[in-house]
Amino acid sequence: MSRLAAIFARARAEKRAALVIYLTAHDPDGETSQRLMLAAAEAGADIIEVGVPWSDPSADGKVIQAAVHRALAKGGGLGRSLEICRALRAANPNVGLVLFGYANPIVVMGQERFAARAKEAGADGVLCVDYPPGEDGELTGALGRQGLDYVPLLAPTSTPGRIDNALAVARGFVYYVSLTGITGTALADLDEPRRQVAAIKARAPGGAVPVAVGFGIRTPGAARAVATFADGVVVGSAAVEVVQQAVAAGRDPVPELGAFVRSLRAALGPA
Amino acid sequence: MGAVDVERQGLNVFRMKLLGAKVHAVKDGTATLKDAMNEALRDWVTNVRDTHYVIGSVAGPHPYPLLVRELQAVIGREARAQIQESEGRLPDALVACVGGGSNAMGLFHAFVPDAKVQLYGVEAAGDGVDTGRHAATLARGRVGVLHGARSYVLCDDDGQIAEAHSISAGLDYPGVGPEHSHLKDTGRASYLSVTDEEALAGFARLARTEGILCALESAHAIAALPAVAAKLPDGAVMIVNVSGRGDKDMGTIAKRLGVTL
Repeated sequence: MSRLAAIFARARAEKRAALVIYLTAHDPDGETSQRLMLAAAEAGADIIEVGVPWSDPSADGKVIQAAVHRALAKGGGLGRSLEICRALRAANPNVGLVLFGYANPIVVMGQERFAARAKEAGADGVLCVDYPPGEDGELTGALGRQGLDYVPLLAPTSTPGRIDNALAVARGFVYYVSLTGITGTALADLDEPRRQVAAIKARAPGGAVPVAVGFGIRTPGAARAVATFADGVVVGSAAVEVVQQAVAAGRDPVPELGAFVRSLRAALGPA
Repeated sequence: MGAVDVERQGLNVFRMKLLGAKVHAVKDGTATLKDAMNEALRDWVTNVRDTHYVIGSVAGPHPYPLLVRELQAVIGREARAQIQESEGRLPDALVACVGGGSNAMGLFHAFVPDAKVQLYGVEAAGDGVDTGRHAATLARGRVGVLHGARSYVLCDDDGQIAEAHSISAGLDYPGVGPEHSHLKDTGRASYLSVTDEEALAGFARLARTEGILCALESAHAIAALPAVAAKLPDGAVMIVNVSGRGDKDMGTIAKRLGVTL
């Protein structure tokens, strides 16, 4: 069983949803970014999505766009994200680490080489927003050869055919994008995600694959509400915003992020 | 539209507004075409249920490259019929500028099965393809993924998209339509590049010899004609696509020539 699968199994045994925190790697700088991710894990995040900064983040809203451009200005990118991943793994053998990004850096590095380097850096899985289901064979093949999980994305508009394509290659978990939109948009309606998560699970072979829901989950209350029907809850923009506000005010963002993650974790149930 | 292009293409923006369009200036990233496309994609995924994404080039996610090619293909179909009527035969070569590559794809498409017709795309070399300030994606790019298509892109070793440069706003794009990448890789089309200076000379030459003020995009194709002609025998027939008029570029050209309008 992969580390990600084990994390979801453990959360299920504890009758709670897993907490997934996205942070942009190298924001506001490499060293602080590492401390932030470790603090998030210590505060109760089961999985860290290590956001790989890319110049053209077309799936991201203003908050993560700004984080990405801050990270790039400090020399962030795929190479540095892998270094951060390696440092996190060395410091924390248990946290799930998912590299989260866009296709171009991976294709330019070479998908086989990327998979080998991600493995060597201690990553557990990869999530890439612009590999459409059905066009991701080279990447999923390369990751599979390294024993890494592949986390496909599904959206409210995903057709049954697309859902089946994604489920066929999903390892670790499936990421359900809660709304039609970009990161940082507020999630207003829970009925559709509840229905869609159920529909995805119904199509999964044996109903086995965990589904994490992300986009628009900004508060402990929202996390608790989504946790009633999802196996995992992903918080990204709201976490990045906590970091951004602390940095802008000249404060160390690490304790504030830790407190925010603890509040999310507490909303999902006892440790 | 990228805020930089709103500035550069002031006349076009004014025209769009007269026609009733609302023009959003995108200030993110490099504030040019690629960033405008990112913003259009963000709007599209947000409003996908009641909004259609429309792109003016053969780039972007499937099926847009195909869809735009089909819309542009009228250029080649008509050119093919007209050249046969006026010359009694197919041309030896076609020449068109390539940014995203829509006018070139439109001209080329009807001729792709005619193996004897040579296809030449002309990219913007900006200050020169070795200066790092250019938009010659097929000449200097590598295979990557931008705006939902796998094609050649201009980027650094880490995969970060490079800022393109061309005097012509329409060619100033660090990607290229995927079908051009295919035509390049299969060898069916050849791609040349022309600097800002050469394009301006091409613009002046067409103005003086034909009385046509062409767009700076098209001026790249004009500027490449001597190089293409040199590869062909005497009496050869070429078609060059003058894809746009130069009115919109008067400000840029005047500035470059040091003229205050």
